[in-house]
Amino acid sequence: MEAELKGLLSDLQSLKDSLPDPSHQISVGKIQARLEHLKLGNAQRSKIKDMSAEVVDSNPYSRLMALQRMGIVDNYERIREFSVAIVGIGGVGSVAAEMLTRCGIGRLLLYDYDKVELANMNRLFFRPEQVGMTKTDAAVQTLSDINPDVVLESYTLNITTVQGFEIFMSSLKNKSFRPDKEGTGVDLVLSCVDNYEARMVVNQGCNELNQTWMESGVSENAVSGHIQLLVPGETACFACAPPLVVASGVDERTLKREGVCAASLPTTMGVVAGLLVQNTLKYLLKFGNVTPYLGYNALKDYFPTMEMKPNPQCSNAACLERQKEYILAKPARDAAARAKMEAEAFVEPECLHADNEWNISVVDDSDVQDSSASSGALPEGLVHELPSADEFQKPPASAETTATPIDDLEDLRKQLEALNAA
Amino acid sequence: MEGWDPTTKSTLTQIPLLSVKAGPRDGGAWTQRLKEEYKALIAYTSMNKSNDNDWFRISAANPEGTRWTGKCWYVHNLLKYEFDLQFDIPVTYPATAPELELPQLDGKTQKMYRGGKICLTVHFKPLWAKNCPRFGIAHALCLGLAPWLAAEIPILVDSGMIKHKDDAASSNES
Ligand SMILES: [Zn+2]
Repeated sequence: MEAELKGLLSDLQSLKDSLPDPSHQISVGKIQARLEHLKLGNAQRSKIKDMSAEVVDSNPYSRLMALQRMGIVDNYERIREFSVAIVGIGGVGSVAAEMLTRCGIGRLLLYDYDKVELANMNRLFFRPEQVGMTKTDAAVQTLSDINPDVVLESYTLNITTVQGFEIFMSSLKNKSFRPDKEGTGVDLVLSCVDNYEARMVVNQGCNELNQTWMESGVSENAVSGHIQLLVPGETACFACAPPLVVASGVDERTLKREGVCAASLPTTMGVVAGLLVQNTLKYLLKFGNVTPYLGYNALKDYFPTMEMKPNPQCSNAACLERQKEYILAKPARDAAARAKMEAEAFVEPECLHADNEWNISVVDDSDVQDSSASSGALPEGLVHELPSADEFQKPPASAETTATPIDDLEDLRKQLEALNAA
Repeated sequence: MEGWDPTTKSTLTQIPLLSVKAGPRDGGAWTQRLKEEYKALIAYTSMNKSNDNDWFRISAANPEGTRWTGKCWYVHNLLKYEFDLQFDIPVTYPATAPELELPQLDGKTQKMYRGGKICLTVHFKPLWAKNCPRFGIAHALCLGLAPWLAAEIPILVDSGMIKHKDDAASSNES
């Protein structure tokens, strides 16, 4: 649109220059002025300093601030203080980024190394004219148009490489957006990547930084997905147990995989992005129950949930450290919980009945016991995606004999090079 | 090991296993791991050569041993097709396997992720996870790349997606 208007304006200018009659030049000049005006009107809206609850059609936040008036959220405007990092700007991550942008999130950090291609057009968010741009740049372009109030940072890199990981970690630690914030510079990390390797890297980083994160995934056959909350030391980390996935109800080995790596649907990805951002909003703005794990089986419309405790034998060293810290902090946590309960016990009865003039009895939701499964057995419909590492049989004797006696790295390197050159 | 052909199986059992569980961010332990990687690669390469089944060259592209580059090739209808091979050692290695890339084939086959990363079979990741930290680069090549080339190159050649370079066959004969 912007480029088209520009082209139109320059065409008019050359037309005007070639016209001999001054009166014609004036009318062309008028058309130019109207176009200039259009061009300005088409530009981004200006930034908004404070979120207003005023219900007018020019206020982008009125319907969000209404959540506060309705008593769903205590303080919606706090959303502007929060930073969320989204790793993977694909079918789930880009939609999650758009949702958070429309919600008026304070700051988004976007990570991806990929480019937009036509093969992505069966998913939401990216547009055909963005083909060839990096996903991070294309996302910043669209998101800053939708809501210029959001601070956007884009990182075009692969977090699984040593170098990419270092930049990833330092970007999470940067606190310039809110210097007084405790811990890292972000409030939540959302993993929206499409592979196990990258999830393990997000897990590694978040365990080291003691950073709460949420993981999301859509199966390669596009008909199931899940979201999971990971609090280092408190819940299972991504390496504590083999990853949990929702069984599609079809035997994976009988699935036809010939000729393709993965299928994808905008619907399943949109549902998972929606579940992920819903959980994010509940976590950040403190309303409702934040789900520890929510699965989605699209074929059967089944949504399994469960909780997972950390594994004391986890293979991830940083996870074990966080577990130790969590156990040490237990007395303080218990005291805080007790104080909170006592405070609520005083206030609650008045609150509940203050405007209950019809004297209707209210069932307290918190009385309903949570019947989630213990960490041992898996609920129906969930399966582990990979096996745990197991004891391997003794290496065969032939392997021993081929082992070289050399134990110097440089000598070994030279030996391989000699073989390569032969 | 269901789902693997007998040749892959028997080759795999002859590659020395590794024991140090360390990744590129683990300092001295990574150096120890790197030595084991070299030993396994040396054994695997020598074994391929003596079995007349030489099919790749790989060497570390940086002193830290976190990036590797080389070549791999496949013979189809008596013609040799050669490709650049590259990969990074991920920060979570060896819990996760390196993602092997054939950049020249990027966009030419659906059995590939963006950037030319080969799409592994359903059998690879479970076996890798089960055998952590005993499997290394050599095992990834044997279990990941070799079967991929055997399955994909004939299709790519027959469909005309890749063409044979006339001089490739003669210049690389050993
Ligand atoms: Zn863990």
